[in-house]
Amino acid sequence: MLIQLTDIKKVFNQGKPNEFWAIQGVSLEFEPNRVSCLKGASGSGKTTLLSMIGCLSRPTSGRIQLGERLISSLPERFLTDVRRHTFGFIFQRFNLIPGLSVLENIMLPAYPLGLPYKRLVATAQHLLHQFNLSTKADNPVEWLSGGEAQRVAICRALINDPQILIADEPTANLDSKLSYEFMGLIDELRQTGKTILITSHDPEVFDSAVVDRVVEMHDGVVLDSSLKDVT
Amino acid sequence: MMWLFLRKQKYLIDFTLSSLLRRKGKSLGLLAVYILIVFMLASVTLFTHALRKEAGLMLQASPEIIVQRMQAGRHALIPADYLQRIGRLRGVTQKEGRLWGYYYDPAVKANYTIMTAGQVAAPLTEIIIGTGIARARGLAVGDYLTLRSQNGEAFSFEIAALLDEKSELVSADLLLMSPQAFRRLFNVPEGVYTDLVLSVRNPREVRKVAEKLTLQLPDTRPILREEVLRTYDSVFSWRQGILFVLLTGSILAFVIFAWDKASGLSAEERREIGILKAVGWETADVMRMKFWEGMIISLSAFMIGYLAAYAHVFYASASLFEPVLKGWAVLYPQFRLTPFVDGLQLATLLFFTVLPYIVATIIPIWRTSITDPDAVMR
Ligand SMILES: Nc1ncnc2c1ncn2[C@@H]1O[C@H](COP(=O)(O)OP(=O)(O)OP(=O)(O)O)[C@@H](O)[C@H]1O
Ligand SMILES: [Mg+2]
Repeated sequence: MLIQLTDIKKVFNQGKPNEFWAIQGVSLEFEPNRVSCLKGASGSGKTTLLSMIGCLSRPTSGRIQLGERLISSLPERFLTDVRRHTFGFIFQRFNLIPGLSVLENIMLPAYPLGLPYKRLVATAQHLLHQFNLSTKADNPVEWLSGGEAQRVAICRALINDPQILIADEPTANLDSKLSYEFMGLIDELRQTGKTILITSHDPEVFDSAVVDRVVEMHDGVVLDSSLKDVT
Repeated sequence: MMWLFLRKQKYLIDFTLSSLLRRKGKSLGLLAVYILIVFMLASVTLFTHALRKEAGLMLQASPEIIVQRMQAGRHALIPADYLQRIGRLRGVTQKEGRLWGYYYDPAVKANYTIMTAGQVAAPLTEIIIGTGIARARGLAVGDYLTLRSQNGEAFSFEIAALLDEKSELVSADLLLMSPQAFRRLFNVPEGVYTDLVLSVRNPREVRKVAEKLTLQLPDTRPILREEVLRTYDSVFSWRQGILFVLLTGSILAFVIFAWDKASGLSAEERREIGILKAVGWETADVMRMKFWEGMIISLSAFMIGYLAAYAHVFYASASLFEPVLKGWAVLYPQFRLTPFVDGLQLATLLFFTVLPYIVATIIPIWRTSITDPDAVMR
């Protein structure tokens, strides 16, 4: 599914003294089944842009098109629906819910769909197996190591089988070995047909061979969005 | 479709339960306060309701009309020949004279109600007393109780029996003796009574009978049972009113408490709502989940509080309310009220305890959950 951004702008605190234009006119396309990485200095608007693509917030102006659908003007109800079926999120701070078990955390996004419990558990366990976490299923998430928590977050992002994965600074809390492994997992996911959008400061990520394209941002505009030379 | 809906609710409820368990301390504290409020409210309503009912039942057995003689505006003894002067009134099925009076016992600083009864074996020396008196004076069957007459003469009576405990609400302060003993103790000559009682079968004739009585015996005053019932009702409502004023304070405190708990959503809870929304929960799902949470807390608090109040009122004689509600001074009866549940009363209680809580929790959560979930990315 092609993602098209046309002249996206985002302003915070509009009309107030602290008005701030975080995104100042971005037009981009992300091809399906590719790994794209947004890079740029802190505060350049990477997270803001990703959250608009992922339907977590809305642009102040401009159009976001997802395949045939214009999502920038959908009402909240439909946005949730798009979010639920199209996107999986991996957050910088993982955002697992403490106190719940690994399995429960993974199944969380599927609850509102009301699938039969057995099927839900089977899907979750399949994912856990795939990411080498089978033995941790019943542990509370606060017992997990950083790398394990990361993988649980990936499982949660995948439970509703979304086409597009969005990862905001996924390796910020990982050491370089784990970051390398993470990129390996991303590669596998791309091979299963997912479209992947990542933001990162981490050379381990944007210099990785797994990344097809790097978009460089600065102060709310895109500097460079070329495809990488394949070396 | 139906199954989908139900499964969804089940997931939400499961999640809610595990959330409550995760915040055990907070949930339990909230539950405890909540239970206490329901307990207090339910106790008051159950108790006053039951008392009123009991009083009504008790009065049901009393005569429809009491005739008192008035002299200079005061209740005076009534000559027995008034019974003849009443003659045959249409609708009156039975008429008789009664002897009764209050006796102040300085030893326990309480009034006994002395009435007469025929079933005392040795008319001049035996009495039957209520359990309240027996407790207050430490008396048992076979013991002696000395009462002093108006001119200071002492009369000693043997306790022949105690009154049935079941009717203690009525009989705690009751003392039964023979008419002869009564006349001697209170210095009431033969041929006069304290008052007269008339039974009237048909309730619609009561007022007509009363009117004829005032015409025939101008120096008497008829007291109708229905009027007494009304007075009782207003007295109980008044007492209930006082308690409710006291309780309004605590209810208010509770609402503020609930509001505070809810509007001051902790950062952790807010983040959790953000996560849920980011992973694909609708605002409505979050609301439903919180609604179930509110329902679980408030309904379990309601049930526990109500059952506790039920036990308190019907099995522990509402012992916590003694100081406020008792009208019997020292001889407070250890009564058993007849357990009963009133649908309307239950609904009212539910309305005043569950609804404010649900509203107070849902609104701020709604405000949080309609905001953009992108905050979790930061
Ligand atoms: N809700 C908000 N209100 C006001 N300003 C905001 C808000 N959210 C983001 N901003 C501002 O918008 C700018 C872009 O933020 P954003 O999080 O997109 O940056 P970023 O490129 O992801 O930075 P980093 O690499 O540090 O994560 C920042 O200057 C930030 O302060
Ligand atoms: Mg960021």
